[in-house]
Amino acid sequence: MSDKPLLQVKDLKTHFFTASGVAKAVDGVTFSLDSGQTLGIVGESGSGKSVTSNSIMRLLPKNGRIVGGEILFEDKDIAKLKISDMLDIRGKDISMIFQDPMTALDPVFTIGSQIMEVINAHQKLSKKEARDYAIKVLGMVGIPDPEKRLKSYPHEFSGGMRQRVIIAMAIACHPKLIIADEPTTALDVTVQAQVLNLLKDLQKETGTAIILVTHNLGVVWRMCDSVMVMYAGKTVEYTDVRTLYSNPRHPYTWGLLKSMPKITDDPNVPLASIPGTPPDLKLTGGSCNFHNRCKYCQKICMQESPQMKEVEPGHFVACHFSKEELEKIGGSIDE
Amino acid sequence: MLKMIVKRILQLIPVLLITMTITFVITRVLPGNPAVTILGPQASPEAIEAMEEEMGLNDPMPIQYLNYIKGIVTGDLGTSYRYNQPVAELLLDKLPNTLSLAMTSLIIALVIGIPVGILSAIKQYSIFDYVAMFLALVGVSMPAFWLGLMLVLVFSVNLGWLPTMGMGSLANGFGDVLIHLILPAFCLSTGSMANFARISRSSMLEVIDQDYMKAVRAKGIRETVVIMKHGFKNALPPIVTVLGMRIAALMTGAIMIEQIFNWPGIGRLIVDAINNNDFELIQGTVLFMAILYVFVNLLVDIAYLYLNPKVNYESERRAG
Amino acid sequence: MAATSSLSEQKQQEMLLKERRANNAWHKFVRNKSALVGFIMIVLVLLIAIFGPMLLKTDPAQMDLLNTYAKPGSPGHILGTDANGRDLLARLIHGARVSFIVAVGGMAVGAVIGILIGLVAGYCGGAVDAVFMRFMDGMSAFPFTLLALMLMTVLGGGVANVILAIGIASVPGYARMTRGQVLIVKNEEYIKAVKALGAGNPRILFRHLLPNVVSELIVYATLNVASAILTEASLSFLGMGITPPDVSWGSILQEGQECIQTASHVATFSGLCILVTVLGFNLFGDGIRDVLDPKMKK
Repeated sequence: MSDKPLLQVKDLKTHFFTASGVAKAVDGVTFSLDSGQTLGIVGESGSGKSVTSNSIMRLLPKNGRIVGGEILFEDKDIAKLKISDMLDIRGKDISMIFQDPMTALDPVFTIGSQIMEVINAHQKLSKKEARDYAIKVLGMVGIPDPEKRLKSYPHEFSGGMRQRVIIAMAIACHPKLIIADEPTTALDVTVQAQVLNLLKDLQKETGTAIILVTHNLGVVWRMCDSVMVMYAGKTVEYTDVRTLYSNPRHPYTWGLLKSMPKITDDPNVPLASIPGTPPDLKLTGGSCNFHNRCKYCQKICMQESPQMKEVEPGHFVACHFSKEELEKIGGSIDE
Repeated sequence: MLKMIVKRILQLIPVLLITMTITFVITRVLPGNPAVTILGPQASPEAIEAMEEEMGLNDPMPIQYLNYIKGIVTGDLGTSYRYNQPVAELLLDKLPNTLSLAMTSLIIALVIGIPVGILSAIKQYSIFDYVAMFLALVGVSMPAFWLGLMLVLVFSVNLGWLPTMGMGSLANGFGDVLIHLILPAFCLSTGSMANFARISRSSMLEVIDQDYMKAVRAKGIRETVVIMKHGFKNALPPIVTVLGMRIAALMTGAIMIEQIFNWPGIGRLIVDAINNNDFELIQGTVLFMAILYVFVNLLVDIAYLYLNPKVNYESERRAG
Repeated sequence: MAATSSLSEQKQQEMLLKERRANNAWHKFVRNKSALVGFIMIVLVLLIAIFGPMLLKTDPAQMDLLNTYAKPGSPGHILGTDANGRDLLARLIHGARVSFIVAVGGMAVGAVIGILIGLVAGYCGGAVDAVFMRFMDGMSAFPFTLLALMLMTVLGGGVANVILAIGIASVPGYARMTRGQVLIVKNEEYIKAVKALGAGNPRILFRHLLPNVVSELIVYATLNVASAILTEASLSFLGMGITPPDVSWGSILQEGQECIQTASHVATFSGLCILVTVLGFNLFGDGIRDVLDPKMKK
C-alpha cells in the first residue's frame, strides 16, 4: 500500500443544468480519506453533501455534471472515467448505502437475488458458491436465519432489517470505501444505534473506509475520525472530529453545534436555530454563501467568496475572518 | 396463491350470470320479435305463430330464461337458422381463424410497442420520443379499418404486392397464409401497438428514477441490465393491465378488419348474422366473445399475482 | 423567526406570484402545447360542423349521375364526387355535424346515467352498491363496440339509436370512475364535517361530492368522445349505424369502401376527417389530464 490517501477529492464542482439556470450544487469541495478511516460530511439539506457522494459514485441525474476538480481514488481520477469503466468500481471498490431502506431495494426481486446480483457482477462464482456467499454476508449483518430469508421479498422485512440487507450488498465485494448517505435518517431511533454499531464493527473487521453523510453531529461524534461541514455547495470547515468540537472556527459550524439538543438543556428555553434559509444555488458566487445568515457579516463577506485556509495543522476553514477577528466583532460560539 | 386464484374464479360466476342475463334481456325483452325478424315482415301470422312456438317464445319469460341458461351451461348456444347448424359448432369452426389473426396482431403490437415505449422513456424529450409518441397518438386516434382500406389501396390495388382478400390456404403452403396475414394483422395491431408504446413509456418513467434503480446502478450493473431487468419488471403491471384491455379491442377490431380483408373468422360470422337477422347466432356469438373476454381478464388478474409479490402477499394476508 | 433573508419583500412577492401563475390551471393549459393544439383542432372542426352547412350551399344529397367518381379538384367539386355524383365536401361537412352530435350525445347519455349510478352506489354503499356494480361488471364484460353493436341490432339504425347505444355502452366506465372517486372523497374529513353539520344526502351528493370528481370526469369524457367518434364510424361502417338520408363520416367511409378501386378519395378523406377529430380530442384529453393531475405529468 502506498502512503497516499485512499481517496482525494480536489476542488470538486458538480453543477446541475436546469431550465431556470445552472445550480452549483457542489462548488469547490476538497478532502481526503485514508483506508480504515471514517469521514463525516455534515450540512443541512441542499448543502451538496449527497451530490458530493453521488459524484464520487458517478451516479448523477442526466442534468448533473462534474464540471471541475478531481476525484482521485487510489491515484486514479474517477471523475474522468467512462461510465463503462466506472462499472468495475461501483459495488466492488466503492459501494453505497442509501438513505431510505424502504425504497432502495427492488420490490419485485428476492433479497437473495439482489445480493447475488452484486456478487456475480464482480466475482466469478458458481451459482451454489454465490448463494452460500450471500448467506454468509447476510449472517454477517445480523439477519437471523439467513438461508431462509434469501427467498424473501423486501416488503417482508422491517426498515432496520432492510438497511442490514443493503449493508450486506454494500460489503459483499469487500469494498475499499463505503459511502453511507444518511443511512439512519429513515429509521427508528433504537434501530439507528444498531445499524451504526454494525457499520462500525464491520469497519473494524474489514478495514474499509467510510464516508458518512449525515445532518446529525451526534452521529459524527460517535462514528467519525474527521469531519467536513458543507454549506450551499461549499466546504466551510474541515478537520478532525476532536478539533471540530473543541475548537470550531466557522460561524456556521457554531450554529450547527448550538442547534444540537443536549439532555442537560433547560426544556423551557427554545432550541437554538440558524435563522434564514440557504441561498438559491443558481445565484451563489461572488460572495460568502453564508453571509445572509451570518451574525458577523461584514462588507467583504458580500463582495468576495472566502478561500479555504489552513488555520492550524489539519484544520481548514473558509471564512474571511480568523477566530480572533471574529471575537473582536463579538463573535464566539457561546454568544 | 392457489386460494386467491380459486377465489377469483368463484367471483366470476355472478359476472358470467349477469353477462348472460344482459344478452338475454337485450335480445328478448327489447322491442322486436325474433320470429318476425327471421321470417321477414311479409310472413303470415300463422307462420310467425308457428315460429314463435318452435323457438319457445310463447313460454313464460322465466321459463325461457331458465332454458336459455341451461342451454349455455350445457354448451348449447342455440341454432343458426341460416346455416341450420349449432351456433357453438360454427363458432369453434371460425375461432382458429380469428385467433390466428388476433394473436399475430398481438405479437406484432407487443414486439414493436413495448420496446418503442421503453426507448422513449429512456430518451425522454428526444426527437425519437416526440416522433414515437406522436405516431402512437395517431395510432390510437385512427380507425384501424380505415388504415386497412388505405393499405389495401396502396399495396394491393396500386402496387399489387399483396393479396387483398381472404386468408389463403395452407394447401398452398404456409407462405400463402403468411402473405395473406401481413396486412390484416398489421392493421389490427396498430391501435394496440400505440397503446403498449404509451403505457410502456409512462410506466417506465415512473420507475426509472426510483431509489432502487439507483441502488442497482451503484452495484456496478450495466445500464441496459438495470433498465431491462429491474426497470422492466417493475414497469410491467400496468402494461399487463393494458394487455387485458387490448384483448377486447383486438376482438372487436377483428370484426372490422375481417370485413375489409374478407377474413373468414368470428367477426365475419357476426356481421353475417346481423345482416341476415340470424338471431340466435348473434346472441351466441356476442355471449361467446364476452365470456372469452371475462376469462382473459381472469388470466390477467392471475398474472398480476405473479408479477407483484406485494399484491400477492397482502391479498394472501387478507384472505388468510 | 427573524427575517435576515437578503431577498427583499418585493422580490418575494414576485416569486410567489410566479409560483401561483405556474400552478394556475389556465396557464398550465396554455403552456401545454398538445392540449392547446388539440383544443384548436376541436374548435375548428366544431365551427365547420356548426357553420359549414350554412356557408356551403351545395346540397349533400344532390345527385349528379353524369359526374360520378369525379376526382378531387374537379370544377365545382373541390374534393370530388362519390358513386352517385354527390359532392364529397358537402357530405363531409354535413357528416361532421352528425358525427359530432352522435359522439357528444352518446358521451352525455353515458355520463349522466353513469355518474348518477356511480354517485348513488358509492354514497349508499352496501347492497345498493353491490347490485349496481355487479351489473356494471356484467356490462363491461362486453367489449365496448360489441355491446354497442348488439344494442344496434335490437334498436335499428338512426341517429337517436346510435346515441343511445353508444351512451348505454359508456355507462359502466362513468359509474366505476365516479364511484371510485366518491369512495375516496367520502372518507375525507370535510365530508364528515358537512354531514355532522346536518346536510341532507342529496345535498351532500351534489354540492360536495360531485365537484370533487369533476376534473377526473372531464378528462374521461373528453377521451370518451374520441372513442365514441370511432365507435360511430365502426357501427356505420358495418351498416348498423347512421342510415340514409343522414350522413356521418362513418357512413361515407362505408360508401368509400365499396368504390375503393374507382374513387379512393371518398374513403381517404372521410377517414382523414375521423382521424383529425379523434386526434384533437385525444391531444386535448391527454393535455388536460396533465394539467389537472400533476402526478401524471412526467
